[in-house]
Amino acid sequence: MTTMTASATQVYSVFVRATPEQLWDAITKPEFTRRYFYGSVFDSTFEAGSKYCGYAADGGEQYVDGEVIEASKPNKLVTSWRALWAEALAAEPYSRVTWEIESAGDGVSKLTVVHDKLDDAPATAESVAGGWSYVLSGMKSVVETGKALDE
Amino acid sequence: MDDDPVFKALADPTRRHLLDRLFERDGRTLTELESELEMTRFGVMKHLRVLEEAGLVNTRREGRAKLHYLNPVPIRLIHDRWIDKYTEHRVAALADLKTELEESA
Repeated sequence: MTTMTASATQVYSVFVRATPEQLWDAITKPEFTRRYFYGSVFDSTFEAGSKYCGYAADGGEQYVDGEVIEASKPNKLVTSWRALWAEALAAEPYSRVTWEIESAGDGVSKLTVVHDKLDDAPATAESVAGGWSYVLSGMKSVVETGKALDE
Repeated sequence: MDDDPVFKALADPTRRHLLDRLFERDGRTLTELESELEMTRFGVMKHLRVLEEAGLVNTRREGRAKLHYLNPVPIRLIHDRWIDKYTEHRVAALADLKTELEESA
């Protein structure tokens, strides 16, 4: 097993059989996010300047702190991002997460997540590196089949 | 959307090697990747294109550079679609065996 140095820019993508509007809902609405995003719901109006805070769906702990930097429904959402699920991560500066959604034709959309500005947040970079694949795979499952991965 | 290009892309040792290089350090140029392989620039380009078409590599432009990023999502999808299914079965079989052995003991 080779060790990895988690990159300061990470780029993930997935094709989902859905419209861009459906994917926008999957990113923003709690009834979707809690089923694939480690049980999280995001408190935000999803407009530029709004807070973007991720909480455990069962009403407790805050996992993510951030603010919406740019929003262009249903194609682009950019937020700042500070992970709070461990002290070492919470101590690091804000990074940035960009969700890009584009129609790929035939009822399929391409979703790309770019997590960058992680240069000064190496622990966060390391911590999210495996997570985004899990999140995107889970979202694809929920949107396409109505079932979460563990259902 | 379908798994075939992913399995085909992964079936080649050079392409797996390229993914491992990106796993070690992500966001590299063709020139950087080429310097680690005993292969022509054209050969590396061809392999990268197969990986890109399978969705295993994403590219982004940064200034004049084209950077290659590992996208592990298709591998995660294969894991969730294929591997989980069979390993879960095995776990269930072991659980059954345990019950059977304990009952007959």
